[in-house]
Amino acid sequence: MKKGKRNSMLTSTQMILLYVIIVFCIIVGLRQPAFFSVATVINIARAAIFSACFALCEMIVIISGGIDVSFPAIGCVAMYVPMYLIDKGMGSQSAWFCFGVAILIGLGFGLFNSILIAVLDIPPLIATLATSSIASGGAVTIFGSHDYTSLPEGLQKIYNTNLITYVDPNTGFSYVLNILVLVPIIASIIVAFLLKRTMLGRGLYAIGGAKHAARVAGLNVRGLQFFAYIFSGAFTGLTAMIYTTLMKSARISALMGDEMIIIAACVIGGVRITGGHGTVSGTLLGVLLITLVQNSLNMLGIPTSWQRFVVGIIILLGTILTSWQTKRSLKAEKA
Amino acid sequence: MANEVFLKLEGIKKSFGGVHALRGVDLEIRKGEIHCLAGENGCGKSTLIKAISGVHDVDEGKIWIEGEQVEHLHPIDAINRGVQVIYQDFAIFPNLTVAENIALNGEVKDRTKLVSWKRIHQVAEAAMEQVGARMDPDMLLEQLPVAGKQMVAICRAIINDAKLLILDEPTTALTEPEVERLFQVIRSLKDKGIAIMIVNHKLDEIYKIADRLTILRNGSFVSTGLISEYDTQRFTRDLTGHEFESKKYVPENAGEEIFRVEHLTLPGKFEDVSFAINKGDVLGITGLLGSGRGELGEALFGVTPAQSGKIFLNGEEIRIKSIDDALNNRIGYVPEDRLTQGLFMDRSIEDNTVVSSIRNYFHGLKLNESEMEEATNRWIGELSIAAPSPKPPVRTLSGGNAQKVVIAKWLNTEPRLFILNGPTVGVDIGAKAEIHAILRGLAAQGIGIIIISDDLPELFTNCNKIVVMRQGKVGVITDNSVDNIEL
Ligand SMILES: Nc1ncnc2c1ncn2[C@@H]1O[C@H](COP(=O)(O)OP(=O)(O)O)[C@@H](O)[C@H]1O
Ligand SMILES: [Mg+2]
Repeated sequence: MKKGKRNSMLTSTQMILLYVIIVFCIIVGLRQPAFFSVATVINIARAAIFSACFALCEMIVIISGGIDVSFPAIGCVAMYVPMYLIDKGMGSQSAWFCFGVAILIGLGFGLFNSILIAVLDIPPLIATLATSSIASGGAVTIFGSHDYTSLPEGLQKIYNTNLITYVDPNTGFSYVLNILVLVPIIASIIVAFLLKRTMLGRGLYAIGGAKHAARVAGLNVRGLQFFAYIFSGAFTGLTAMIYTTLMKSARISALMGDEMIIIAACVIGGVRITGGHGTVSGTLLGVLLITLVQNSLNMLGIPTSWQRFVVGIIILLGTILTSWQTKRSLKAEKA
Repeated sequence: MANEVFLKLEGIKKSFGGVHALRGVDLEIRKGEIHCLAGENGCGKSTLIKAISGVHDVDEGKIWIEGEQVEHLHPIDAINRGVQVIYQDFAIFPNLTVAENIALNGEVKDRTKLVSWKRIHQVAEAAMEQVGARMDPDMLLEQLPVAGKQMVAICRAIINDAKLLILDEPTTALTEPEVERLFQVIRSLKDKGIAIMIVNHKLDEIYKIADRLTILRNGSFVSTGLISEYDTQRFTRDLTGHEFESKKYVPENAGEEIFRVEHLTLPGKFEDVSFAINKGDVLGITGLLGSGRGELGEALFGVTPAQSGKIFLNGEEIRIKSIDDALNNRIGYVPEDRLTQGLFMDRSIEDNTVVSSIRNYFHGLKLNESEMEEATNRWIGELSIAAPSPKPPVRTLSGGNAQKVVIAKWLNTEPRLFILNGPTVGVDIGAKAEIHAILRGLAAQGIGIIIISDDLPELFTNCNKIVVMRQGKVGVITDNSVDNIEL
């Protein structure tokens, strides 16, 4: 029995993902020894900041038995509107203002999603598709589509604050990791605690696993669904502002199309698309794998035109792997 | 204390739109008793349970719990008064662990904010202890078999100070040892003073477990009483509303021999089996699991043929070394697991009826469709299969009607000997009686009938000869004047 447990630890989704990531790194490293460097670590970490945050949002929603394809649109509106307001002289230059407005916008759309899903009982995919269209279509109509590339003072200050600065002794290039990298780290810890240690988190798993049973048990199913979408919306707003800060850009379509890759990262990380299963560690590893693949294919000499294709294959393999894991875990029943 | 009433219902009515699910039901459950609620499918048992648990608000009628009349019972009120229900789907969380499934309801009730895994484990261990179930608390529920999920549901129910535990058809998906195990648990809960209400319509199981019985039919209350007040006949009558002939079967006029086996042996399975069937006989073969009763049936149909011994059909010696041999000698066989072995569930009644006699419908290379349809219609009429036409897929039929289609398939081959293994397993009691009547009719027409079954009452009423297998050998051959035999 002890042995069985250890065994299942070694073949858990997280461990298998870790093996895949290590093998992938070795392959890239063999072709490009420069891959094994502090610079790579910093690059990947920087690239994974928003993906990790978005994936945490998506994971919570999927665990609760839903799906959210509206976060890119919500994020776009959340990053665009504060810049628009500042541009039109209606806002302050402070980071508080930018982040505050972004979070409020995200929260508002999250509330909208949860009303559609929890109150009107619209299937989550349809509801969030609708929200996505409404958000991006409405924003373009009302605010136009400008490309904001300069940051307000407050955000510029954050942009200049680095946690780590590393100068490559060989090339003399310097690599910096922004202080905002702490956001996904702290968020991961909070979300992990929430999911594992609070009744709120357990309730999310419960409604995602068996909504009817949750109702019978006396859980507030509607309330939990509200939490999932509102939390996800607000955190999406926050993440969108991080994006603007780090990329020095706010466009009304900046994030559009990101939902698939984020959902894929979750699923590869062991979040079951049907709800009720998923962990923070798995999701972060899924994000890491996808980020690695996206960012090191040119190191392997794979032309850009092929990259989407390769990413697609990796997603497919990762999904097959996790669904195979699921089947195996169900088969254990027979034993 | 044993006679104190815990729950009393009077004149409960409930409709869904135009469907009158309950048309005035009375029920009384006493403390510390095991009460069985029986009734045919769709008669309103589950609806009644939901009225008791507060899931459905009743249209009319009164409910008393522990002497206190309650109106507009809500699920949470029912739980607070000690009513716990284990529904057919158990309402468990497949994605959570055993421990969490057991403890979650309590945590929700206590409005806990932070989760203590230690406390969850303690609660779960204590509940499993009380019920007498041993399970790995860290196992995910989706990895447990049905019986395990049910145990978890029971553990969860009793920790919330249950005074009345209601189980909706708890035995349908269980194997026999699992049913035994469940009954043990139920008895131990009864000893702790918990009242139990079980929905069940298998009489043998009811006899094993229940103290009292209430029967519903078509949403109406029919009768209630001590289990000793019900024999098979009354039970069947109250359940179905029909008087079924349960007179023991005696052939009208015994005729000449149809079928005989001598010293039939398949090493390791059965040996030296001899018996004979005369015209008009319905022969029963019974025995415990592993006694060779099933293997004997399969040998007669050539599935796993016997190695030595002789078989005579209508006085001529025949060889049965394969299923083809059996078919050529016009022997029919209804396997125990008809759903996987006897029927093509997604094909029509007609396709299933003619599949074994399809040769008869070829005219040259063309199938004569109208003849096929005619034959099927004839069987639908003769066996009173509840179907509007020969065209609907078998999957849409109830268990009893599906079984009749299997019988039609074989009758369409004009068998001389017809072997049925567990012909009424999973069949409603009404359809069961109909199938028995059909078999008696066939025997009277001179078709040799063999029923293999472990349902002794079924054999006593329907077979005039019973072969009892013990460890591969014929223990005894008896007529049906007995009321019980040792297996
Ligand atoms: N929620 C519902 N809506 C409409 N009809 C229902 C509902 N629940 C049960 N019924 C109907 O009430 C009758 C009794 O059903 P049920 O209580 O499930 O029967 P049983 O459990 O005895 O098989 C059936 O005709 C069923 O179709
Ligand atoms: Mg029912």
